[in-house]
Parts: sequence; structure tokens; C-alpha cells
Amino acid sequence: MKKAGARIYTFLIFLFLYAPILVLIVFSFNDSETASRTVWGGFSLRWYRKLFEDRLILEALCNTLLIAVVSAAASTVLGTMAAIGINSMKRLPRRVMMNITNFPMVNPEIVTGVSLMLLFVSAVRLFGGRSLGMGSLFAAHITFCLPYVILSVLPKLRQMDPNLYEAAQDLGCPPVKAFFKVVLPEIMPGVVTGLIMAFTLSIDDFVISYFTSGTTQTLPIYIYSMTRKRISPEINALSTVMFAVVMVLLIIINARNARERKIEKAQERHESV
Amino acid sequence: MKSESKLLSAPYTVWMTVFIVLPMLLVGYFAFTDKSGSFTLENILNVGQYSNVFLRSIWLGAVATVVSLGLGYPLAYIIAKMNARRQNVMVMLVMLPMWMNFLLRTYAWMTLLEDNGLINSALAALGLPRIHMINTAGAVVLGMVYNYIPYMILPLYSVLTKIDKSVIEAAQDLGANDREVFLKVIMPLSMPGIISGVTMVFVPAVSTFIISKMLGGGGNLLIGDLIDMQFLGSAYNPNLGSAVSLVLMVIILICMGIMNQFDDGEAAEGGGMLI
Amino acid sequence: MKKYHLNCNLFMVVCLTLCLWLAPVQPLLAGEAASGGFAVQGSKAASGGFVAQGSKATPGGFVGAGKQAASGAAASAENTAAPDRGVTINVYNWGEYIANGTDGSPDVNEEFTRRTGIRVNYTTFDSNEALYSKLVGGGADYDVIIPSDYMVSKLIDENMLAELDFSNIPNFRYIDERFQDPDYDPGSRYSVPYTWGVVGLFYNTDYIEEEITSWSALWDDRYAGKILMFDNPRDSFAIAQLLLGQSLNTTDENDWAEAAALLKQQKPLVQAYVMDRIFDKMESSEAWIAPYYSGDAAILVENSDSIRFVVPEEGTNYFVDAMCIPATSSHKEEAEAYINFLCDPEIAGANMNYVGYSTPESAAKEYMDEEMVENPVYYPDEEILERTEVFVNLPESTSKLVDHLWAEVKMGGPGESMVLVAIILGFLAVYIAILVYKRQKRKRELT
Repeated sequence: MKKAGARIYTFLIFLFLYAPILVLIVFSFNDSETASRTVWGGFSLRWYRKLFEDRLILEALCNTLLIAVVSAAASTVLGTMAAIGINSMKRLPRRVMMNITNFPMVNPEIVTGVSLMLLFVSAVRLFGGRSLGMGSLFAAHITFCLPYVILSVLPKLRQMDPNLYEAAQDLGCPPVKAFFKVVLPEIMPGVVTGLIMAFTLSIDDFVISYFTSGTTQTLPIYIYSMTRKRISPEINALSTVMFAVVMVLLIIINARNARERKIEKAQERHESV
Repeated sequence: MKSESKLLSAPYTVWMTVFIVLPMLLVGYFAFTDKSGSFTLENILNVGQYSNVFLRSIWLGAVATVVSLGLGYPLAYIIAKMNARRQNVMVMLVMLPMWMNFLLRTYAWMTLLEDNGLINSALAALGLPRIHMINTAGAVVLGMVYNYIPYMILPLYSVLTKIDKSVIEAAQDLGANDREVFLKVIMPLSMPGIISGVTMVFVPAVSTFIISKMLGGGGNLLIGDLIDMQFLGSAYNPNLGSAVSLVLMVIILICMGIMNQFDDGEAAEGGGMLI
Repeated sequence: MKKYHLNCNLFMVVCLTLCLWLAPVQPLLAGEAASGGFAVQGSKAASGGFVAQGSKATPGGFVGAGKQAASGAAASAENTAAPDRGVTINVYNWGEYIANGTDGSPDVNEEFTRRTGIRVNYTTFDSNEALYSKLVGGGADYDVIIPSDYMVSKLIDENMLAELDFSNIPNFRYIDERFQDPDYDPGSRYSVPYTWGVVGLFYNTDYIEEEITSWSALWDDRYAGKILMFDNPRDSFAIAQLLLGQSLNTTDENDWAEAAALLKQQKPLVQAYVMDRIFDKMESSEAWIAPYYSGDAAILVENSDSIRFVVPEEGTNYFVDAMCIPATSSHKEEAEAYINFLCDPEIAGANMNYVGYSTPESAAKEYMDEEMVENPVYYPDEEILERTEVFVNLPESTSKLVDHLWAEVKMGGPGESMVLVAIILGFLAVYIAILVYKRQKRKRELT
């Protein structure tokens, strides 16, 4: 009885979460001249075909990916360095640094966006330069990605035995080499987590990009300008493809993980025997 | 290691000074100056005229947060009680919708909620009366809950899975019934999850500016819309916009302060909250 | 804090996804170049060959043609294509305001790129005020913008427009005489008219049986919840002002307050304040009646048999949208080439055929559907034009007042400063109370 209730509840919540996605996917196959959102005109792949011919959408997608790659990479390097520095700080400066790091995460996105826009526009006015665009987007995205990188690297640094690094140096390892041979492998999971988190955040960001993009179009901005009129089913098609790819990969990875876990368990059992 | 490592954070410090501290100072500067750059309190005083917008935003944000908590807690609890394999699948299913652009998902809700939308068409086909849903405050709350509920479920889930089963068993052995176990054991232990869930839903919900435009019909002005209006919208006035942003920030920081007080020292461990 | 919501597996997934995504996209974009047969990417030799082919020489010469020559030339298979000049101009226009290749119309921007080798980054805005904000505060450098009359004069007053070099815009001669020396830009130094039109009412005859003749239909509670309104202050206030018999350009504060009161009274009946979303909402019968610009009848009335357009008897607003170049433009010559291109009667005709607004060039009418040219919706007669008023730029203090009143309309009445103070103090009080309570609890625990 209780279990059935739980099942129904879970089902209802997931229905709520997936209903609009289902609508998006279904209407990406809609065969309708007027690109209607609510009237079904039969199955077709025309929007998928159109998608790959649409220069504007593909350009926006490329911009989005380029920004995501660059800002994820930059914020990971910068953030990892910062995390190491913060980790070796004394209590008070560390608290100050952590507060600055946390600030953009608690601050409403729109305020961050607006404040960066004020900064960039003032900078353009003061120092010349053409306008906002790729440059300001890179800076903005790196800024809001940095805290996430630091917060995923720091715990790993704390878990690490500080003597390891000193031991390596005592054995005659130069500091840089000691870092790459000893410290980096230890904190690698945190770095990778930060990198990928930065990447996803950057790809999905709308609010901050909206205020700092100038004339550059990223995918979310392009979609926004469409929502003011009507969204072309091409965008539905694009999201459907992306969604499908994410889902398939999730299933593959999940299955692989499950198998690994099984093997691990078997080994554990083996060892305990 | 110590002295040279500290230098590693220098670029970061410079970066954050330029791109976080400086912009915030600029917001402050704009809020307290007029068009010509001379000092004025007019903007801050004018924010008061928009108190309705603040009230509505805070109210809708709070409702959305409570609804998300009410809907999300049971689900997180159900997931946490499943076996490890199914847990993973479920968590993934909760996160999966976030990989679709949120503007699109909100737009899809428009399709569903409209007077001639899919839900009403379905109702009409079943012979039921149509319900007016789009362009109401309810639709805005629905949009907020829909977009931010994963941020509620996930922290709750990660706290709930960490609760030691033996603590619950001990409580039961000591004669506590289900209700008491939940109120006296599970709930207090999951408090950190509730705190971060509530903040992660409340902050974006209060400051959103897309959801109200798309699902609220533009008549339900929220703080986010007001700020957008002053910067890139129909009433260009960055000074007033900065003042509104400043007040919004103050309100949110106080809220965060309050929330953190419910959290008994756990968060401080995680790197120190702002207040 | 947010670190809870993404676990490691998912990150891997996203990474892989995007790798997969990158793979098909890049060859696709690069493929644009290859498909034309000019596969010699970036080679200097190639550009020499193209110059000969670029039959229509463009002002400014072929500077920088070598870099992306291949991709530009290949944009069209025809050999009249001009080589890519490595210049992209940013064009900022109203939504649904240019022929884009659908419904059998030409793709104007693509044609421009094909003929001149100048790429176009085309973006849209939805109100004059939004254009102004983005231009002043958004740090965007547009090369061509298309504001309406009163915004043109505002921009001229604020020194934000570049004076046009008409030797680069020879097609200006096709502009009808009555548009050549407009009030908003005396002597036509900064702007070239793009379209003109009037504001009217669209309504759906399936649901509204009576004949609509007055703006007051927007206040009719039989249509409650099915009424749309403009989402910008000037256009919305104009409707209330027409009903009240005021001038659209009044500077009397009481007039504006009166109009605002009328709009507030209307608010409960209004389904939504929208701009271009009107197309979607009217076509799906989500809304029954909405004010909008006459030219959009081309899309609305012609797509649906039951939608009708009318200019109410109280009169209306007459507008001219004109092409300008912001003073910050760094590609002025190319921008002028674009303006010139849009003034080409053949292009203007084909463009207006799709856009549906009235053209200021009689020469362009030759290239348009006769039906459209003779339709009073697109070319209102003298009798209607007599009842119209043009917006002029309002003085600073008035426009501040209008912005404020407009926000008030949208939020439903003015707010009390005290309420906001009370909210903040309330939160603070709770915060302090908790702090005090906790301190005392700790003390008790210690003792």
C-alpha cells in the first residue's frame, strides 16, 4: 500500500518534470506549414533537415561551444591554482577569499549580469575598444565558473596528506615536478569535476550572457530572441538531438558503472573470503 | 610549500577584484549618482515606489520555495530509500530535464497551459470545462517550481542518503512511532539539505525575469523584470536599475543570513558561508 | 553549494555529448566553402581569381578578400557572387521586419552578402525603447539600426547617429519627395526611411461579431482575458490618449496621469502585454483583439480568414521607421552599402511584399503585388491619414514620468516606500531575533 503510494507519487513528479520535454520532442516532428505549437499536422523530419541548413543557429551553437570550451579551460587552470593558494593560507585571509568566492554563487544571477555589463560598458567608454562581444563573454563566463571549480578542488586538497608534497621535495624533486607528479594526481577528480561543471554552466547560461553579449549571439540568446515571436521547430529539433545524445550516454555510462560496481563487489567478497 | 603556493592564488585574487568586487562597487556608484554623475539619493528613494513588485516577487518566490520543498522532500526521501542502483537512475532522471534549455522548457509550458493549449484541449475532449491557467500568478509559480525543483531535490537527497540507518532504528527501538522518527530524527538531520535547497530555489525564483514574462503575460511584473526594464528594456535608467539591484541584494543577503542560522555549523565547515 | 547537483558521471556524459556535437558542426560550416568548388582555403591566389568574378564592384574595394574568400563565394552557386570581404555588419531591426526567404520571399540579407561579400549579423529588437537601451547601455556596436521617427530625433539630439554620406546611397533618389525632408530629421541628414504605417486593431471575427470601430473595444469586458496590449509605453499610452482626445505628445503631467489611470482600469481585462508574440496569439485564437502595426496585416490577415484589421475612428499614430547608422559604427561604408541595397526599388519591392508595411518608394511598387499596393490597409487613404498624429521626442522630464507611469500600470498601482522599508526591517528583525535566541541558548547550555 505504502509502496504503491510512493510509486504513484514518483510517477506524478516525473510526469510534471517531463511533460514539457515530451511536448517539445513531439512537436519537433510536427509536419505543419505554419510551425504551429499546438496543432498536429502529421509526422515529418523537415525541421531536422532545416536545422542543418540554418546558418544562424549553427553559428550560435558554435559560439556557445567556443565560449564554453575556452572559459571552462581557463577557469579550471585559474581555479585550481587559486584553490592551492587558498588551501595554504592562514585562517583569516582564507575566510576573506572564501567569502569572495561564495559571493557570486549567492548573488542573484541578474545582478551579477547587470554589474558585469556596467563594468564592460564603462571600460569600453574609458579605454576605447569596440564593444562587448566575445571578449566580454569570455570574461563573464570565466568569472561565474571560477567559484565552482574552486569549490570542487578544495575538498580534494584538504583530503590530501600535506606531507606528501614535502616528502617529494625532500627526496630532491623540484617544486613544479613535485606538483605534477604528486599533487595533481591526488586532486585530479576534483579538477575534472570542476572542468565539466564549468563547461555545462557556460553552455546553459542565459541571464549573464544576455547582459554581456553585445551583438554576439549564443544559442540561449538566439532562443530568447525567438521566444519573443515564436520558436521555430528547428530549435525543438536541435534540443531533441542534444537531449537524446545526453540520454544515450547516460544509459551507457550507467550500465558500465553498474558492471564495474558488480566486479568490485565480487572482488571484495573474494578478498574477504 | 606555504609561501610559494600562496602566490598561486594571486591571479585569481586580481581576477575576482576586477570582475566581482569592482562591478559591485560600480552598481553602488550608479545607485547613488544621477545621469551626470553627481551624488543623489533619489534613485534609492524611488525604489520604494516599486514595493509592490518586491512584495509580489518575494511572495511568489516564497510560495514556489515552499511548494518545491513540499513536493521535493517526499521524492528525495523515496529515492534515498531505494537500492543504490535505482538511486543512481532516479537522480539522473531528476537532472536530465536540466539539459534542455530552460527557455525552451518554459516555452513548452506555454503550449501546455494556454486557453487553447494542450491541457485545455484534452479537458475539452473529455467533456470537462476548460481552466484558465496561462498569464496568472499560479502559472508563474508553476514555472518557478518546475525550473528549480531539481535544486531542491538533489541536496535533500544527498543529505538523506547519508543518514545512518542505525540512528533511525535506535529511535524506533526506543519506542518512537513513524511520525516522531520523522520529526525528531530525520528532519533535524536533513536540515542542511533543506537549507541549501531552500536558498537554491528561493534566490533564483525571486530574481527571475523570464518566467514571469513568458507565463505571467507581462502583467505580473517581478523584480527581475524591473531590473531588465531599466537596463535593456523599455525604460532605460541604469541608475534606478542599480538601486533596485542593490536593494534586492540586501534582501537576499539578509535572507541567507537567516537561513544560515538554522544550519548548525555544518556549512561553515564547507568553506564558510557569506554571513 | 550547487556542487550537489551534478555528479561526476554526468560531467563525463556532457563532455562526450559535446564532442559528438562538435564533430558534425564544424565540417558543416567549413563545408560551406568546399561545396562551391573553391577549396583553396585562405590562399591568396584564390582571391585574385574572385575579383574578376565579382561582377558588381562594391564601394570600399576588395580589402581583406583573401582571408575568407572561399566561404563567401561559395555561399551561392552562381558566379555573380562577390568575394567575402571579411567584414560583418551588425544590423538591428524590428522582429518580422525583413524578407527572410520564407513564403517564397527572397532572403534579403543573403542576397546582400552574395552581391557585396559583406556578411550580415542580423538581430532584432521589439520596441524603440529597447533599442535605445541596448544602444546606450548595452555596449553593442551596431552598424545599421531602424528606429521609428521620434527615436530618430532623440538619437540625433543625443549625437548618437552618424551623418550619412549620400554619395554611397545613390538609391536615395527613389525615396518619394514627401519623405525626403521629415520633421524628425530635418534635411534628411541622418536617416533614410524604410517603411511607414499606422497603428490599428486586429480582431478575430469568429469571436467578435460586431464591427469594431473604436479603441474602446479594448476596454470591453465581454472580451476580458482575450485582449492584448502593446508592451511598450509610447504605443500603449497613445491608445488611451486617443480615447481621451489628448495629443499623443502632450507634456501636461495631468494628461499622462489620466491616461495611466485608464490603462490601469484596463489591466484586469488584458491577457498579456506583448509585442511580436501577437502573431502567435492571434493566429491560435488565444487572443481575440489586439492593437498592432498595419503592416503586420500581411502576415496576420493573410494567414487567417477570420482576422480583420481596422483603423479606429478616434484616429491613430502614424509612424515612419528609418535606417540610421550609429555614431559608433566601425563599418560605416559597408553600412551605407546595406542601406543603399535596401533602397534598390527591386529589393525594396520584394522586401515590402513580404514585410507588408508601406514603402516610401513609389518606384518599388512596380515590383509588388498589385493587390497589396491598392489595399487601403497597406496604403491608407488621405481620409485616414488626416486622423493620424506622429510621435515626437518627449522632453526628458516627461519621458521619465511616462516610464514611471508605465511601470506603475504594469505592476498595478504605485507602491508605498514604507512597505519596502517594512519588508527589509521585518527580515532584519527576524535575523536579529534568531541571533539573540541562539546566543542565549548557547549561554544556557554552557552554564
